[in-house]
Amino acid sequence: MASNLVEMFNACLLWVTMILEDPSARVVLFGFPIRGHYFLEALLGVVIVILLSQKSFKPPKRPLTEQEIDELCEEWVPEPLIPPITEDMRHEPPVLESAAGPHTTVNGKDVVNFASANFLGLIGHEKLLESCTSALEKYGVGSCGPRGFYGTIDVHLDCEARISKFLGTPDSILYSYGLSTMFSTIPCFCKKGDIIVADEGVHWGIQNGLQLSRSTIVYFKHNDMESLRSTLEKIMTKYKRSKNLRRYIVAEGVYQNSGQIAPLDEIVKLKEKYRFRVILDESNSFGVLGCSGRGLAEHHGVPIEKIDVVTAAMGHALATEGGFCTGNARIIDYQRLSSSGYVFSASLPPYLASAAITAIDVIDQNPDMLVKLKQNIALLWKGLSDIKGMSLTSNPESPIVFLKLEKSSGSAKEDLLLLEKMADLALKEDSVLVVSSKRSFLDKCRLPVGIKLYVSAGHSESDLLIASESLKRLASELLKS
Amino acid sequence: MITIPYLTAVSTYFSYGLLFAFGQLRDFFRRFIDWWLTTNLHGYAPICLGHEDFYIRRLYHRIQDCFERPISSAPDAWFDVVERYSNDNNKTFKRTTKTSRCLNLGSYNYLGFGSFDEYCTPRVIESLKKFSASTCSSRVDAGTTFVHAELEECVTRFVGKPAAVVFGMGYATNSAIIPVLIGKGGLIISDSLNHSSIVNGARGSGATIRVFQHNTPSHLERVLREQIADGQPRTHRPWKKIIVVVEGIYSMEGEICHLPEVVAICKKYKAYVYLDEAHSIGAIGKTGKGICELLGVDTADVDVMMGTFTKSFGSCGGYIAGSKELVQYLKHQCPAHLYATSIPTPSAQQIISAIKVILGEDGSNRGAQKLARIRENSNFFRAELQKMGFEVLGDNDSPVMPIMLYNPAKIPAFSRECLRQKVAVVVVGFPATPLLLARARICISASHSREDLIRALKVISKVGDLSGIKYFPAEPKKIEQTKNDIKLD
Repeated sequence: MASNLVEMFNACLLWVTMILEDPSARVVLFGFPIRGHYFLEALLGVVIVILLSQKSFKPPKRPLTEQEIDELCEEWVPEPLIPPITEDMRHEPPVLESAAGPHTTVNGKDVVNFASANFLGLIGHEKLLESCTSALEKYGVGSCGPRGFYGTIDVHLDCEARISKFLGTPDSILYSYGLSTMFSTIPCFCKKGDIIVADEGVHWGIQNGLQLSRSTIVYFKHNDMESLRSTLEKIMTKYKRSKNLRRYIVAEGVYQNSGQIAPLDEIVKLKEKYRFRVILDESNSFGVLGCSGRGLAEHHGVPIEKIDVVTAAMGHALATEGGFCTGNARIIDYQRLSSSGYVFSASLPPYLASAAITAIDVIDQNPDMLVKLKQNIALLWKGLSDIKGMSLTSNPESPIVFLKLEKSSGSAKEDLLLLEKMADLALKEDSVLVVSSKRSFLDKCRLPVGIKLYVSAGHSESDLLIASESLKRLASELLKS
Repeated sequence: MITIPYLTAVSTYFSYGLLFAFGQLRDFFRRFIDWWLTTNLHGYAPICLGHEDFYIRRLYHRIQDCFERPISSAPDAWFDVVERYSNDNNKTFKRTTKTSRCLNLGSYNYLGFGSFDEYCTPRVIESLKKFSASTCSSRVDAGTTFVHAELEECVTRFVGKPAAVVFGMGYATNSAIIPVLIGKGGLIISDSLNHSSIVNGARGSGATIRVFQHNTPSHLERVLREQIADGQPRTHRPWKKIIVVVEGIYSMEGEICHLPEVVAICKKYKAYVYLDEAHSIGAIGKTGKGICELLGVDTADVDVMMGTFTKSFGSCGGYIAGSKELVQYLKHQCPAHLYATSIPTPSAQQIISAIKVILGEDGSNRGAQKLARIRENSNFFRAELQKMGFEVLGDNDSPVMPIMLYNPAKIPAFSRECLRQKVAVVVVGFPATPLLLARARICISASHSREDLIRALKVISKVGDLSGIKYFPAEPKKIEQTKNDIKLD
């Protein structure tokens, strides 16, 4: 037994000596001779294996206990649902006691009304009232359902056909509310990754649609074609290779926030050069511009086929409610299933659709209303041309006359309060109802605020005179510095 | 929860697979044919990529005649459906002058105000003559008439809140109000089956959105606890505020929300409650005041109550009711109030008259009669359908009853056969419902008489037998049993 152990010990010793003394096991490392480098390498190998097999240090995951969650929930204090009410939030609008025509009644007094977008004076027109009455007696008030589920009444289809015939487009689609038209149409065609070039002065409905579409949005300077051209140039060089990327230009016919008119002929030229599609909102120009009221395309002499999507709210010149969109058949068909404001919402009440049909018929048969409107705008411009402290910034042909403050006080809130005071005084002292700009905190538009007057074909010369005199007087009183 | 029978699920998947395969085959050939034809759209990207409208072109067009059926009369209990024909395989339709008088089981006409009403319509016509069809102006400019002021006061009385504000469209109400109440840094917890207007409003607000399982208050509590403990994503800062959005009646399921539990949980965790009563206002509750009355919830516990006037009042528009400060703030900041045209005055007058009828202020008890009738009708119809063996969803008292169809072929079969027998029903499939769970949805109205309902039941039973949608065993009729007993004797 002992001899076996000794033998094994001797064998091990021999082995180790061999490893250490063998001539091939000699190496010179950094000038030092090392004997038995196999031995060393085996040791290093073992050390490496041990280190690799160690798990790296992770701090232990300790999920919150129920008690800790309870404590956090108790501690958490939410903000109040709304910020505290300040004095300027308590402002009450005027309450009308009769129809919002060119003359209306507020607080028992007769007032000249420049605050309704009743451009052709169709509020109170007997033909409209007649067709509404017969529609009310036949169909009731509401349509009780969305378009897909028995909410399509034959007057809706007739209205869509009439609008298409009037504008000369293949097809149209009706929406039940003016504001929802734009924010339903844009997300239908613009998806994530597409590029939209929009004017910085577009109204909130369009801004909301742009936000919901999740596309890349680039704004260009308000109504500035040079800025549009350079923006388009920049985009085309940046996104040159993408073939499946859709590109859109969004503009309004007559801008709600400033009264400017978009130069459609130049936009169409740029669109064709850079291969963009145009979405145009003609709420304030439908029925107003062009010699027969067919809107911006007729005004600039551009064929309507060149504009891809035309939308409009009917709550302006047509003196009814709702909105529509026209274009080629593929675009309109696609909206009937994918536009959320069309599919998931009840359809337009039938009496408003029949009012729209009658209004278009009246416009078709009486183009002299447009001539009267143009004369009224010119008269008002003449009356307001020498107003002190404010300047006219809208287009001389636009039915929205916009007066902006020449010297702004620096803070938009102060300006808004001053303009509100001016509008209130105009109503109280001179019985003239005008609009002071209102901005919600959600509105991204940064255009200057001012006083807006909506001119109507139903206004008489004396009305326009009263309005211009009143504004001139108030401007010189309130804007002395 | 809907549990689909195994065999039905397999056959539904198979049907969809077949339709999909055929659609792809036709697309393949269409690509060849289009290659030969030229278009003038060089350089423009196609406005709809091939796969985006695949569902519309290949599946929806086949059954397009079941949707968008035009009518040529008021949406009353019986109405005239215009007959259409198509020359190009359902892509476009042409109207004929022929109409067929059908029983209306599809319109949202819960209290029967959808057509000429002896109290409401004369007043509406009077207000039309006085104020004309529209004010052409937003509420803050020149769009507020004394009718609008009266309407808001009527709504506060009806709903039971201190103040209310009215808008011209229900969809726009949700889309424009939610961004005003909450923004980035806030959390919206909404039911998984909420309506598209709420989803759009929540997306437009910029807040973080989390979803809880449909009508499950325990899951809502879990989500709330997790989220408050976790904080905002990535920064873990505490949330600015939390709003929980639920609906009164869910329009595709007919279920009533478990409001008392939800309100209790929200009170405990200091979250705000936003209740959308689009379908439930005016239709449920003893005096029609909606889900709060039905389930005994104090209206002061619900922070924001929203509703629409399209369903029970036969008009258009939406409202928000809440505390005086909330309504004042909304009137100052909400874009739908500042920029959009106000609700047309005749529609406003219709709502005022309808509310007066419901509350009995017109001097008759028509309102109470209508409410009793709709409750009776709904419960009777639902019980009978369940006895026949149909799979009907929804709770008792709810006037919305979906009947499950599942298979895509049964959708047009049910709809077309019912129309042939002069009953107009609404069928819903993907994308309004999940892919497998297509259904036919019935909306009961107070203007349906007992004979109308019995007729409808007969037709639906016959069509149900033909299309094989009686998934549950029918209850045996008691009369036949007694006959058998007599025979044995």
